[in-house]
Amino acid sequence: MQDQPTASELVEAVADFIRNHAMPQLQGHAAFHARVAANALDIVKRELEVAPAANTEETSRLQSLLGMEGLLEDLNRELCRRIEAGEVGLDTPGLKDHLWRTTLTKLSIDQPNYSGYRRALDEEAKS
Amino acid sequence: MAGGSNPIEAPLAEVVKTHIKGTTGISGLKRLSGGASQETWSFDATTASEPVPLILRRAPGGARPPSETAVGLATEAKLIELAGAAGVPVPTVRYVLAKEDDVGDGFIMNRIAGETIARKILRDDEFANARPKLARQCGEILAKLHSIDRATLPPLRISPAESEIAQYRNIYKAHGHPHPVFELTLRWLTDNMPPPGTAHTLVHGDFRNGNLMIGPDGVRAVLDWEIAHVGDPMEDLGWICVNSWRFGNIDQPVGGFGTREDMFDGYEAAGGGRVDPDRVKFWEVLGTLKWGIMCTIMVTAFKTGADRSVERATIGRRSSETEIDLLRLLAPLA
Repeated sequence: MQDQPTASELVEAVADFIRNHAMPQLQGHAAFHARVAANALDIVKRELEVAPAANTEETSRLQSLLGMEGLLEDLNRELCRRIEAGEVGLDTPGLKDHLWRTTLTKLSIDQPNYSGYRRALDEEAKS
Repeated sequence: MAGGSNPIEAPLAEVVKTHIKGTTGISGLKRLSGGASQETWSFDATTASEPVPLILRRAPGGARPPSETAVGLATEAKLIELAGAAGVPVPTVRYVLAKEDDVGDGFIMNRIAGETIARKILRDDEFANARPKLARQCGEILAKLHSIDRATLPPLRISPAESEIAQYRNIYKAHGHPHPVFELTLRWLTDNMPPPGTAHTLVHGDFRNGNLMIGPDGVRAVLDWEIAHVGDPMEDLGWICVNSWRFGNIDQPVGGFGTREDMFDGYEAAGGGRVDPDRVKFWEVLGTLKWGIMCTIMVTAFKTGADRSVERATIGRRSSETEIDLLRLLAPLA
């Protein structure tokens, strides 16, 4: 167990430094890249907070969908193989739900302001 | 870049003086951003009176097209000329470079005033009157583009749906990271392919918000012809609807500025033939997948060290945007 601050808090501090202290002193291309860098750290922060629990849930969904044990990446490869072979499809119970949950989680980390994600959240609330 | 220090300035000035009537030299040469494989330069030709605003499109050192899908600049110039003759708004090509010109492969065309930055086109007041007209104009322009007699076209890649799917499947498989949503999409595309007898035409291939020069009056020019090919004309109508090119305006499917109905009406009214909405959707799905796969392969350039920029690295985390768009298209919640 590491000491405080947490990894997430450290990343947040660096993103804050880039955005509010370094960026205002930069121009043109450098300012643009600084903004991209701060956004990348935001992704890392969200991933640190969301991924551990989400990956465990994704693994258990995949295990029950595929009827086998395994590591997350191997299970995803097996799911890909079965979809490609036509053994699993949208009419397979649980697949649609699994893909939606997994993808919504990815977006909540990668691009939570993306228009398609915001709209999907609205649609999910209504359904 | 400072005036005399640019090695292409002197040969370019010679080319302009020799081949564009009434010109005495060039000024204001500067490289425009974007286009890693092919360079775009802006400059003015000086004359006895008003300067003439021009663009140079060039591949340095007469290099061959960098990717197997790019058409090459001489072909691009020919396509722009054919499109112009068919009534598509394009910049007039003024001169196609020859080997002895010593400026590389490329051509010189008129520089048209306007905006290509999608977010400005969608948000700035300057384009408020143009926006409601754009979707219909896009339909009319595509109808003209697709009407170009195939017999007059320069040699082009023929790429129907089947080969587009195969091409992107190969890129995705080579990348190696598992994407169940992409697999599901590849399966759906294979099961929903346009029938083999589908008529082929010239396809622009990258007709979207960002590659259109827009003025307060509407579309002024169609740019970036480098991945033009022969294929299903519905490909161009689907590609411009991909959510990635709506830049946040999700309810305006055509480029973030208009409706499919307006584009389809414009297309049919301008003689483009009947639009098949299912086939347009097929190409929107394939287009969404293509952009998603392109985002994932940016990661390869980052991981191999070819491009270690933060920008390149983070684009990989945008492929998930296309996964949510694909799920909304293929497995909607509502």
